[in-house]
Amino acid sequence: MPFIPHTQDDVDEMLAEIGVSRLEELFDEIPQALKAARLTSIPEGLSEMQISRLMRERARQDGHYLNFMGAGAYEHHIPAAVWQIATRGEFYSAYTPYQAEASQGTLQLLYEYQSMMCALTGLDVTNASLYDGASALAEAVLMAVRSHKHSRRILMPTSVHPAYRRVARAIAANQRIEFVEVPYCTEEGRTLPGAVKANGRGEYAALVVPQPNFFGVIEDVDALTDLAHAAGAAAIACVNPVSLALLKPPGEWGESGAEIAVGEGQPLGVPLSGGGPYFGFMACKQSLVRQMPGRIVGRTVDVEGKPGFTLTLQAREQHIRRSKATSNICTNQGLAVTAATIYLSLLGAQGLKAVAAASHANTRMLTERLTRVPGVTRRFTSPVFHEAVLTLPASAPLLLARLRTRGVFGGYEISRDYPELDNSVLVCATETKTQTDIEHYGQALTESLRAVA
Amino acid sequence: MSIPADLRYTDTHEWARLESDGTVSVGITHHAQNLLGDLVFVENPQIGRKLRKGEECGVVESVKAASDIYSPVSGEVVAVNAELERAPQKINEGAYDTWIFRIKPVDSAELAALLDAPGYRKIIEAQAH
Repeated sequence: MPFIPHTQDDVDEMLAEIGVSRLEELFDEIPQALKAARLTSIPEGLSEMQISRLMRERARQDGHYLNFMGAGAYEHHIPAAVWQIATRGEFYSAYTPYQAEASQGTLQLLYEYQSMMCALTGLDVTNASLYDGASALAEAVLMAVRSHKHSRRILMPTSVHPAYRRVARAIAANQRIEFVEVPYCTEEGRTLPGAVKANGRGEYAALVVPQPNFFGVIEDVDALTDLAHAAGAAAIACVNPVSLALLKPPGEWGESGAEIAVGEGQPLGVPLSGGGPYFGFMACKQSLVRQMPGRIVGRTVDVEGKPGFTLTLQAREQHIRRSKATSNICTNQGLAVTAATIYLSLLGAQGLKAVAAASHANTRMLTERLTRVPGVTRRFTSPVFHEAVLTLPASAPLLLARLRTRGVFGGYEISRDYPELDNSVLVCATETKTQTDIEHYGQALTESLRAVA
Repeated sequence: MSIPADLRYTDTHEWARLESDGTVSVGITHHAQNLLGDLVFVENPQIGRKLRKGEECGVVESVKAASDIYSPVSGEVVAVNAELERAPQKINEGAYDTWIFRIKPVDSAELAALLDAPGYRKIIEAQAH
C-alpha cells in the first residue's frame, strides 16, 4: 500500500523488536471462522493513469445542465479564493485537530465562524457545526424536549423540508417524542396560526418554524413565534442562511425571539457535489447553551494572561457525559465550515445581501417569464425568497425529462413529496442565472409542452 | 480535611444534615468537590419534585466532568440554593457550608441508616487505590 510510509525493512525491524515473525500474527485473536476470505469480485487496482482516464470518461457522461433546481441545496457562485485557501494542507488534511487547547489556528477559525453565525441569526451562542441541516433540526428537537421538562410533543409544519421531517422522526422517534403535523394552507402555501392552534391542543415543547419554507414561501415568523411562546413552547427556526442577509434574523422574531435556530450551511461556499458533505448550523439563546450539542469554542486567557482559544462546556459532550450527553456527536464538519467562514469573510454583509437580492430578483424574473407560457401558473399567492412552485399544463415528470434533453434542469418534481401538488415543479434561480438563461428555459418549456401534447 | 461528625453521608459523596425545622439539607463532600475540580455549574432539582432515596436529582459540572447528585433520602424538594446559579464555586470554597437543595423527608429511619463520619472516611480510603 503506497500510503503507509514504512518499507518492508522497517516492518521487519519492528516485528523483530516485539518478537513476532509475521504481521498476520498480530490478528491471531480473531477467530478463524470470522476472518473473511479473499475478496474475489473486486477487480485489480488501477494505476493513476488508468483511473484518471476512467474518471474523465465517466465525467463526460454527466453533461452540463442549466440548473433551476433548489429544494434544500443551492447553486451559488463560490469565489475561487475560498477553496484555494481551504485546500491548504493545514486545513485540508488535518484530522479533527481541536484538542481543548491545542491547534489554536483551527480553534480561532471556528471561533470566527461561530461569531459570524451569531451575527447572522441574531442569537447568543453557536456551536462549531453539525452534520447537515436535517440532523441539526433533529438535534434542535431533542434540545427543546430536554429543556421543556414536561411535554415531549413537537409541532411540525408540513411546509418544512420533507427530508428534514423524515430525519427528525428517524432520530427522535425512539426517544418517545411525538411529532404533530401542522398542515399548510393550500392557497397561500404557508402555515397559518389557526392551523397551529387547531393542532397544538395542550402542551407542546416546541414549534418548528421554517423560513423560507420548502415551497420558497415566506412564513409569518412573528405570529408563529409568539404563538409558540404563548403556549409555553420554544420556537425552533429552520432557516436558509443566505436569506438572513435580507430577512429578519430568528433572534428578532416575535416579541422575544426564537430560542433555537438551525439550517443548512451548504449555500455558504460549499459546492453541491452530489449531495454532500454539507454542514448544519445551530445557534441558541444563552439560557439554553448547556443543552446545545456539538463542540463550542471559547476565547479566554492562559495562566500568563495571554489570549487564546479553547473548547469549552465539554462536560455536556458524550466523551465525558456518556449516555446523558446532549448528543452522541463528537465532531464537526471542519472543512465545510472552513470554506463557509472564508466565503462569508470575502463577501461580508454587503456581499451576502447582494447574493440574496440577486437570487430573489432572478426567481421573480423566472416565474414571470415561465408564467407567460400558456397554462403555467404560480401555485401559491404568497411572497417568496428564491424559489416558487409552478403548476404546469402537462405531466411534470414528462416535461422535466423533455427539458433535460434541451440541457435544462427545470426544477424539483414536488409531487413526489406532496401528492396534492400534481403537475407541479419547484423552481429556483440564484445569482448564477442570467436573463439569457431564463429566456432559454422559457423557450425550452414552450417547445417541451408542444412535444408532450 | 476533617469530616464533620454531625453530618450523615452516602457512598456517592453527598452529605445530609437534619435541620431544626425537620427538613434535610443536602450537599456534596469536600472529597467530591476536590475530585471534580473548579465547579462551573449546578443543575438543581425542581422545587416540588418528589424523590426516592438514591434517585438522581441534579448535576454538578466542572470543566472536566459532570457528576450526578443522588438524593440521600426520600421526600419532596422544598428549597434550592439560588446562590449557586451565579457562584457555583462556593461549593469548592466550603463544601460542608454550602447546601445545594433541601428535602422534606418522609422516613426518618433513612437518615439514620446513612453513613456516619468514620464510615464515610472508610469509603474514601477504600476508593483511593
